Amino acid sequence: MYVNLEHISKRFDGFQAVREVSFGIRRGRLAALLGPSGSGKTTILRMIAGLEDPDSGDIRIDGLRVNDIEPSRRGIGFVFQNYALFRYMTVFDNIAFGLTIKKEKPGRIRERVGELLQLIGMSGLEKRYPAQLSGGQKQRVAFARALAPNPRLLLLDEPFAAIDAKVRRELRAWLREMIRSLGLTSIFVTHDQDEAIEVADEIIVTNQGRVEQMGSSLELYQSPATPFVVEFIGASTPVPEISALKGFDGTPPGAGGAVRPEFVSVYAPDEQVQYAHTEEAIVRSIAFRGDSLELGLTLKGLPLTAAYSLARAPLAVGDAVRLLIRHLYLFDGGQVRLLQNSAYGNGPSENFYSI
Amino acid sequence: MRYRSRRGIPGFRLSLGLTVSFLSLMVLLPMLSIVILSSGLGPRGFWEAVSDPRVLAGYRVSFLCSLIAASLNSVFGLILAWVLVRYRFPGRRFIDGLIELPFALPTAVTGIALATLYSDKGWFGKPLAALGLRAAYSETGIILALTFITIPFVVRAVQPVLEQLDRSYEEAGRMLGASPPQIFRRVIFPEITPALLTGFGLSFARALGEYGSVVFIAGNMPFRTEIAPLLIMIKLEQFNYMEATAVALVMLAASFLIMFGINCIQSRASSFVRG
Ligand SMILES: Nc1ncnc2c1ncn2[C@@H]1O[C@H](COP(=O)(O)OP(=O)(O)OP(=O)(O)O)[C@@H](O)[C@H]1O
Ligand SMILES: [Mg+2]
Repeated sequence: MYVNLEHISKRFDGFQAVREVSFGIRRGRLAALLGPSGSGKTTILRMIAGLEDPDSGDIRIDGLRVNDIEPSRRGIGFVFQNYALFRYMTVFDNIAFGLTIKKEKPGRIRERVGELLQLIGMSGLEKRYPAQLSGGQKQRVAFARALAPNPRLLLLDEPFAAIDAKVRRELRAWLREMIRSLGLTSIFVTHDQDEAIEVADEIIVTNQGRVEQMGSSLELYQSPATPFVVEFIGASTPVPEISALKGFDGTPPGAGGAVRPEFVSVYAPDEQVQYAHTEEAIVRSIAFRGDSLELGLTLKGLPLTAAYSLARAPLAVGDAVRLLIRHLYLFDGGQVRLLQNSAYGNGPSENFYSI
Repeated sequence: MRYRSRRGIPGFRLSLGLTVSFLSLMVLLPMLSIVILSSGLGPRGFWEAVSDPRVLAGYRVSFLCSLIAASLNSVFGLILAWVLVRYRFPGRRFIDGLIELPFALPTAVTGIALATLYSDKGWFGKPLAALGLRAAYSETGIILALTFITIPFVVRAVQPVLEQLDRSYEEAGRMLGASPPQIFRRVIFPEITPALLTGFGLSFARALGEYGSVVFIAGNMPFRTEIAPLLIMIKLEQFNYMEATAVALVMLAASFLIMFGINCIQSRASSFVRG
């Protein structure tokens, strides 16, 4: 692992912001720290950078323990959430800052800044001041400033938070391509799961100062490790009492869980159903979701969401439909287990995602 | 030419009208009366009044001492503001409360207190005298008094700016390898320069006009420690109103030019941020 955190903890006057966090990121990967507000993402990032000291645990970069190394000597580029561009310096001077501190030769600085301006597509704007730039341009300058001294690890705190939604999509794609093409190991913080899924190779899900799970977006979606990940990644509806559902009667009473929309098969009123264990539900809402319909249903008072193909028999709000809950997640302590409806016989099914 | 508001706030005409009327009543009218009053001297009399060697010496003492006092306060006021904003220590609020005290004190009290402390028999004056330094009844005394009464300006101008300054600017500098002095010089100092200039200008202007505290500690020796406001008072006491206003007019014009210059530098300094 190129970047390794081992049992990192951090308290802020009595408040445990980060608890026993461990994870590793391979060289050249782009990782996202994803979690709700206050879950410790920024604190973790700042500890890697050295702007905050962990109370316990080790941080290693490229095998070297960096806990006691000055932030500027860790080889890290940091892009701040508000960009923190120096307001009284031009774009050129901002990007050149790290190089002038290192006392590089003026010719070399001009060359490197020119290169970076080209890279971020802002050649010709080097005499502007930050106040004269758009949000997206500021972000790109902050990116170039962090890259100028050739860091080996790039950290970005909510790089898209201050940018309006339209430009954000563009910038996401731009930043991902840029980081990929540079082959730079990077970690960015976000609380937007779409952003994490779209940009990152791996996602580290944080909650209340802990890492809930780490993996690719598909892994997080298909095999969530904790109830929090089930709820946080993708859509799901909670089920407070699983044993009340047909086909799951064997579950111990009192156990709860969650159902994803694609775990539910919906059959129109006059459709032939081959399985026992279907239940009657009422259609409460129908929303068009591009390639399919999203049905809001109630099953014995329990609200559920299900996906429904556009090719199937049309439904209307108020229709009584039959539905089969093929799978659901059982929350068992802090763990998650995937259960299969006993209509399929016993024994786990491997390809539960095919309809 | 059309006059338009920069930020498009409605009511521009109304607010400009109010500004102009207020300034006219409170500032321009009294100044105009000075001009009219002193014009009774005629050009020749005016010139003689203001180019009198004793008056010139008074200007020199006033401007020089005010400049030094404002500069001293710029340095120490900045340090004071920095300490008050950046550090948490017992007694911080108490010190913070002390800052305004020089304004609350009647200036004569200040003058008497300083004169007592710094006279040859005072707590500070005695050891200084032993070293052959004379604080009271010298230019040093004038500078002391002027510095004391203008302490709040720089501190109070810089303090809110430092408080508002986002820590991420410093952290960005730190990540890029800048040392604390480099961060201060290249990142923080430009941010507080406009406020520092404001504080400097206010201190300087206030020091120029100060009279009450200075006369007690200055010794008031003609040509050496006699400030221009004192000369004006002397002329007034002799019912020489025209000459008094002539001396005042020159001081006014000079301070206006200096303040105008400071404002220009300041608006240049903050123009980058406005975009
Ligand atoms: N300097 C500090 N002093 C005290 N508490 C702090 C400090 N910094 C962070 N915290 C607390 O630690 C917790 C984690 O903060 P952190 O900024 O890491 O969250 P985050 O996941 O980045 O949240 P957000 O998405 O809102 O930025 C929060 O509850 C916050 O209040
Ligand atoms: Mg944060």
